[in-house]
Amino acid sequence: MSDLITMDDLSNSEIVEILDTATRLLPVAKGEIYSPLLAGKVLGNLFFENSTRTRMSFESAMKRLGGEVINLSSIGSSVSKGETLYDTMQMVQGYSDIAVIRHPNQGAAQYSADAVDIPVLNAGDGAGNHPTQTILDLFTIRQSHGTLEDLNVVLVGDLRYGRTTHSLSHALVRFGAKLTLISPKGLRMPEEIVSDLTAAGGDVSESQDMAGAIPDADVIYMTRIQKERFPDEDEYIKVAGIYKMTASDLSAAKGSMIVMHPLPRVDEIDPSVDATKHAAYFEQAFNGVPTRMALLCRSLDVKVPKKVK
Amino acid sequence: MMTEMRRVTAICNGTVVDHIPAGRALQVMQMLRINVGRSSPISLVMNVPSGKVGRKDVLKIEDRELTQKELDRLALIAPHASIAIIRNYGVAEKRQIQLGEELINVARCSFSNCITQNSREPLPHKLRVVSEEPLDVRCSYCGRTQNIDELAESIL
Repeated sequence: MSDLITMDDLSNSEIVEILDTATRLLPVAKGEIYSPLLAGKVLGNLFFENSTRTRMSFESAMKRLGGEVINLSSIGSSVSKGETLYDTMQMVQGYSDIAVIRHPNQGAAQYSADAVDIPVLNAGDGAGNHPTQTILDLFTIRQSHGTLEDLNVVLVGDLRYGRTTHSLSHALVRFGAKLTLISPKGLRMPEEIVSDLTAAGGDVSESQDMAGAIPDADVIYMTRIQKERFPDEDEYIKVAGIYKMTASDLSAAKGSMIVMHPLPRVDEIDPSVDATKHAAYFEQAFNGVPTRMALLCRSLDVKVPKKVK
Repeated sequence: MMTEMRRVTAICNGTVVDHIPAGRALQVMQMLRINVGRSSPISLVMNVPSGKVGRKDVLKIEDRELTQKELDRLALIAPHASIAIIRNYGVAEKRQIQLGEELINVARCSFSNCITQNSREPLPHKLRVVSEEPLDVRCSYCGRTQNIDELAESIL
């Protein structure tokens, strides 16, 4: 049984193995072939917070592999009656073979994993970790560049609260990436994360200038400035729209450069970018399916054959 | 030791916790779960001069020998305290505090959004010791680095 709570749970070679498995599963993810590797297995999808892509791609991944999905949302369940997470997990363990959890409290995924014997996958805990997003991000980067090694990656937007950029930057540094962190002053990457990245040997620099970072970038990872994180709307308005990428901004970019975004976007990527060869965010969203297939198989100890039929 | 000796007399049997950082003796008592309503005396001196650490607190608990497990709880707030088990007015044993790799149910994570803030959640509070010098302690669930002074306020 193996949980996935943070990227620290995976070595670099395990990450590469997961990406290789996901590549083999691509035709299954696309619905081109049906391979019921997870027939008879039940996934408990526990979303105590809103989600579109993560919940749906886990569900799609499980069903494309012949498995079943049961869903829990906090509204209308006994969670709203005050049930503890521990008790909820005991119930889920009785109903399913593996659990995926998203929860507003940090540490909820590790707590759930400690509470039960079935494998638990963290689908986002507060502003903490979101490792399955990191895996699909790495998959997308490798798909475009053929490697994860020594890339020049620019992270833009809300780097303070955006959990996707926290997990991703830790992983990228392990593969020798050069990171440029671009954010408004109030939304800089938390200092403890920057110092952890530097301590891990990361080449990390901070700036507020997105245009200046475009020519050297291999990957530009845009994030949404999250309105819901601001207690004061005036403060939000000050920084909202500060980074807005249009197709014409990309004239200086390398041909191989890709623009990524965990989505949903508001106005940080203009729709004019969608038609450029740089736009990778919709492919990235799709990549949630093959990567989550690979993660489900790994945690359920199901071997994915070298040739998936 | 002499300065302190003038303030509090020697005890016959029990435990002396010396070289507690100044001002922390009450927290040490709380951490050791010493019942102030007990029948045997407890002597406590605070802010006495010390050649070794400037100022210190000292705690003497009569008729109770603290176990190693109990003493290890002090690692967070008084890692360098010296402990003597006293029998018949003499030092029978000296003990060192050992900081383990994980502190279970010693203190609550201080991060307001951690899952363990819900007091009804039944699993133990766990803190992981990442480094002893400098002291770096993180919650085993949410991973947050703990402020040691704040931790001292959230002792269980």
